[in-house]
Amino acid sequence: MQTIDLATQTLREMNATLQAQKDQTNATQWEIENPRGAHAIAVGLDAPIEVTVRGSTGYYCAGMNKQATVHVTGSAGPGVAENMMSGTVIIDGDASQYAGATGRGGLLVIKGNAASRCGISMKGIDIVVQGNIGHMSAFMGQAGNLVVCGDAGDALGDSLYEARLFVRGSVKSLGADCIEKEMRPEHLEILRDLLARAGIDAKPEEFRRYGSARKLYNFDVDNAAAY
Amino acid sequence: MCGIVGLFLKDKSLEPELGKLLTDMLVTMTDRGPDSAGIAIYGGETAGQSKLTVQSDQADADFATLAADLGAAIGAEVDLRRADSHAVLSLPADKAEHARAALADLRPGLRVMSDGTNVEIYKAVGLPKDVAARFNLAEMSGTHGIGHTRMATESAVTTQGAHPFSTGSDQCLVHNGSLSNHNNWRRKLRREGVRIESQNDTEVGAAYLTWKMNNGASLGEALEGTLDDLDGFFTFVVGTKDGFGVVRDPIACKPAVMAETDQYVAFGSEYRALVNLPGIETARVWEPEPATVYFWSH
Repeated sequence: MQTIDLATQTLREMNATLQAQKDQTNATQWEIENPRGAHAIAVGLDAPIEVTVRGSTGYYCAGMNKQATVHVTGSAGPGVAENMMSGTVIIDGDASQYAGATGRGGLLVIKGNAASRCGISMKGIDIVVQGNIGHMSAFMGQAGNLVVCGDAGDALGDSLYEARLFVRGSVKSLGADCIEKEMRPEHLEILRDLLARAGIDAKPEEFRRYGSARKLYNFDVDNAAAY
Repeated sequence: MCGIVGLFLKDKSLEPELGKLLTDMLVTMTDRGPDSAGIAIYGGETAGQSKLTVQSDQADADFATLAADLGAAIGAEVDLRRADSHAVLSLPADKAEHARAALADLRPGLRVMSDGTNVEIYKAVGLPKDVAARFNLAEMSGTHGIGHTRMATESAVTTQGAHPFSTGSDQCLVHNGSLSNHNNWRRKLRREGVRIESQNDTEVGAAYLTWKMNNGASLGEALEGTLDDLDGFFTFVVGTKDGFGVVRDPIACKPAVMAETDQYVAFGSEYRALVNLPGIETARVWEPEPATVYFWSH
């Protein structure tokens, strides 16, 4: 176990050290102490290492992550795991707005609640939220899965492309072109796998699936008045 | 971008430390707003007395004989306590409006930052740490306080454009965001007789709350009204003589974190601002919901 204490080392030193594990490394276990809400902790990692952040983080924790597993024991500020490519990010507490935004791959697990715009413009990332999510989540989502064990706020999946949305609780409202869809066996299988990987005990059968009605893909002259 | 901090104490034993705790929170938010900084602090009141906090760009000249001059003008004893470019004038509460009018004649260059029985507002252009040092904010005590670090968008970087804004007795407001219908509301509120002194959007937000409360609304109801009537982005934190409130617009893109323990309720634009508060490790920490009014009072 390697420990980096942000009370004595700078943020840049920490990120440079973690980013330098890019190639073969024997130092696979890292612990970050005293994050104290700092921004951009453990960003741009590209190695199969495990990083535990002991406390709460500010903006953009674990942004652009590849391969690494980043575990935050507190809550995360805005933009956690933004544009993640692969790997796993786990937040024990809550996540602020736009968690997992534009993510292209990997798994983001939020054990608490996620605020507004969770998974906005997601492009392949899988996001599992044990609590609730805020408004405008998965806005313009293009690919990937968003699983919500609690409730979803207003305008879920507005202008959605092909991301799959699974919600166990209530949905305050659906966004433009987002509709409820049939839950088929392959969807239950996807859900079962994601819940298992997230370590969350919930029955896939309790969820409902939402997706794109695919009516906004192309210009439709009948909708001209709406533009 | 701007930074907001707020601290509402439940535990009286922390009151002597209010200034120190708030100053630390304020300085942490420097990179959200390095243009200017300000703080509203609610201290103890003296029965029958009111406080006017005034600011001058020529403080030496303006403050030298101000207490005596103002006392003679309003026919009452006036006490002056100076802090750099600001001074707190203590005078009989029933003379406060008279004093305000007299000040405009006696010292036309003077700006009134706040009036009330408890509130004092200090604000200036510069880095938050320098502003805090100029006014010795860390030494101040009180029951609750609100601070702001400004990155200007809607009006000039001046003392007048800095937050907090006070448009009513013992009221103050700080804002992160920008309002888009403030010109319309400024005209409307001025017609209604509300005092608005700058071109700043936030001052209109403060004046809106004052107007609502003058018409019988509670602070909570006035805050609810902002959700219908004000257009734009806002996270507001407001103070009254014995209360502290928070509201975010429905889009809620301006960040906000709150923490509550048995000793206090705290607000920060970011969690960073809260990390030095006592007992923060075990505090209930949450993000205030959009379009939801939060309010505490003593």
